[in-house]
Amino acid sequence: MSQATLRIQKISGHAGSVAGEDMQRQEQVCKLIDTTTCIGCKACEVACMEWNDLPFSQTTFDNTYQTMPDTRWNYWNLILFNEHEREDGSLQWLMRKHQCMHCAEPGCLEACPSDGAIVQYSNGVVDFQQANCIGCGYCITGCPFNIPKFNSVTKRVYKCTLCTDRVMEGLEPACIKSCPTGCLHFGTKDDMKDLAEARSKQLRDHYGFANAGVYDPPGVGGTGVIYVLHDATKPELYGGLPKNPSIPLTVKLWKHPLKWIGNLAMVGGLIGLFVHYVKFGPKGHEEDDATKPQGEQS
Amino acid sequence: MTPTSDQKAITPPERIAPHGHVLRYAFHERLTHWIAAFSYIYLMLTGLAFWSPWLFWIATVLGGGQISRILHPWVGLIFVGAVLYMYSMWSKQMRFEPVDREWWKSLHYYITNQDEKMPPAGRYNAGQKMLFWTFLFAGLVLLATGLVLWFTESLPWSWRWLRYVSVILHPIAALVTIANFMIHIYMGVFAERGAFGSVIRGDVTLAFAKRYHPGWYKEIIGSSEPPK
Repeated sequence: MSQATLRIQKISGHAGSVAGEDMQRQEQVCKLIDTTTCIGCKACEVACMEWNDLPFSQTTFDNTYQTMPDTRWNYWNLILFNEHEREDGSLQWLMRKHQCMHCAEPGCLEACPSDGAIVQYSNGVVDFQQANCIGCGYCITGCPFNIPKFNSVTKRVYKCTLCTDRVMEGLEPACIKSCPTGCLHFGTKDDMKDLAEARSKQLRDHYGFANAGVYDPPGVGGTGVIYVLHDATKPELYGGLPKNPSIPLTVKLWKHPLKWIGNLAMVGGLIGLFVHYVKFGPKGHEEDDATKPQGEQS
Repeated sequence: MTPTSDQKAITPPERIAPHGHVLRYAFHERLTHWIAAFSYIYLMLTGLAFWSPWLFWIATVLGGGQISRILHPWVGLIFVGAVLYMYSMWSKQMRFEPVDREWWKSLHYYITNQDEKMPPAGRYNAGQKMLFWTFLFAGLVLLATGLVLWFTESLPWSWRWLRYVSVILHPIAALVTIANFMIHIYMGVFAERGAFGSVIRGDVTLAFAKRYHPGWYKEIIGSSEPPK
């Protein structure tokens, strides 16, 4: 993969600095998903499988329109169908395209112990490098969106790449390309935010969705995938989209205070024991050493 | 003191070896110790590799990150198995007794090598007992949280709190064992002459027994006086 077009700004499990950090003036890329114009056609699901050459995966029929209950290691893009009953008793069919959110502060990358298994390019795309993955599954713990999926044969995790191979050539991701209603947009983060805000205002002012708004959660530093929701105050309705996602507290505690307390304690302990030996030396006498030949004992 | 330290069919007179030596650890005790020791060292090294990017090279040296990830949990089962067998062998002897409280109070004499001022420890002193119980309980925490981390992808999303708990408790328990392990290696290999031999060949000198474990010495010899 050409480093000229995709410089890396964050590397998982990496000792030392990152060559591409703050090195380049590059726009953040972003997908905009307008849930209010999604018709649930699943063209994006097909396009994702086709472009990424993903092997076929058996679908699950559970009396809904949904292809399967959750994304899989070989199924990165899934429309979630949710039937929501409004307060007035009328029904609302909420559809949400579910995939990796490409967080600015990715929990998967934070939790990953393997050098270079997860990277973030300077355009904001979070990408798994399976060659470096050790299959520990810590990214599964770190992700607040339940995205990384484990392949038990290769013992590595997989997820949406935001079609990095297309984006680096100036193309939009396959899912965006396939969308027939124009509910999916792709561009710079700033442009997508403007478009999303304009659409939300339109929904509030002209369509009676008083709570319409943009989902771009600040708890993970904002995301490279943003939504327009009919009701931005209740993202949970859209198949459990977390209201205020963040990297799990215990992952943060483990990676920051605990790591430094632990490192100081271990190094301090080694120094302490060495100083003790130098000051007090070993206990007892030579003759206590039973490993000496027995004949030499007094 | 009642003879509670039954070393599985080794009665006190048979423990006394020629030339003023005495059997401290029977073969099955030594073997269990070394199974636990080697498995623990592997677990600690691979665990440290996953703990910090600065130490990830350890995994590379030990066959690569993937191999380390695959073997770490299996070796963990061996380690916990060895520790549980130790529990079956030693739990009675590891019970805290009044003398252990005195021993802790005199710890500064122990640290400054004034062993003659220490209260008479039995077969195990209070520090060794603490090591044993710490490794047992931390080992069980490591096992429980380790199973969650081993099969983390199989847990349903609604049980993710188990991952969140495990991901912090596993390293905490590991750090607690590392602290004990460092002291244990220091005492056994460097600080206490004769201790390392006791877990290789099994015997110590009577002088060693009398100096560090007077209660145990009395139990074997039948009196506090050396045999003729």
